[in-house]
Amino acid sequence: MEKEKQGFLDFAYQMYKTMKTNEISLVYEGEVTQEITKTFTSLTEKSLSKSAESNTVQKKVFNVMVECLQNISKHADSLSDEDEERRGIVMVSKGDDSYNIITGNIIKNERVAGLQESLELINSLDKVGLSNLFKKQIKESTISEKGGAGLGLIDIAKKTGSKLTYQFKELNEQVSFFILTSTIKRN
Amino acid sequence: MEVINIKGTDDTPNVILDKTSGQFEISGRSLPEDVNQFYEQILDWIDAYANDPLERTEFNFKLEYFNTASSKVILDILLKFEEIVENGKEVLIKWHYHEDEEDMLEAGEEYSDIVEIPFDYIVYTD
Repeated sequence: MEKEKQGFLDFAYQMYKTMKTNEISLVYEGEVTQEITKTFTSLTEKSLSKSAESNTVQKKVFNVMVECLQNISKHADSLSDEDEERRGIVMVSKGDDSYNIITGNIIKNERVAGLQESLELINSLDKVGLSNLFKKQIKESTISEKGGAGLGLIDIAKKTGSKLTYQFKELNEQVSFFILTSTIKRN
Repeated sequence: MEVINIKGTDDTPNVILDKTSGQFEISGRSLPEDVNQFYEQILDWIDAYANDPLERTEFNFKLEYFNTASSKVILDILLKFEEIVENGKEVLIKWHYHEDEEDMLEAGEEYSDIVEIPFDYIVYTD
């Protein structure tokens, strides 16, 4: 028992060190709701406003976080059909020349191909191409029942000016885990 | 017409729609997840206004942030004003953006590419 407690303390300390070394300011796993989105974005906004980061970068980080989190709260699937909670992981880290916002959530395998196609299209476009795609989509899209407009990923790519980095890990025959990294350059 | 005057919150904007004083403004933050719930009464108001608009309408957008869910609703609002223009009245969109926020200027330019309404871009510093 004592040994187990000691092990946990060691783990907590290792985690603290890892977070410090990599300047990870936020790690979360759990349900993602609008309340959670508001809390995390306002925490990040406050900590950024105390930093020397330019306003432009601060606003981009805030904007991208909102889109990433609302993507989860609107579109994430769950491990089983009985479970209606939209969960995910969220991590924000600061590197020497960029901020990374990493999100992960469950997605049904049948939706993977469509999402992958959208991501590949977005990554193939330059600034003007993204702007044209955004205008096309916003004109065509009618707001779904969930209130989304399917524009989030295009917006993230436009605001970051970086390619979207992503991965799908198949968990079983029904679902995969989708990880997305959005990178905001600091200068 | 009744006046709409909604005070902004962490995730919803200030909205003033006042035909008598000629004040039309959406400002602050618009990040609600359920945009329809927030904007329904605003869209309804504009629909009613479009039936009997002023000769000249100046609509101010002074947004600090808006999410993509809101961006679709903003287009819906602009499309309603485009109809007013088509019906022979004058409309000017005053699109305010912070000097550090090129993204907000670009968002305005994208809207002006989509709708046939004149846009003025106004930079602020504070």
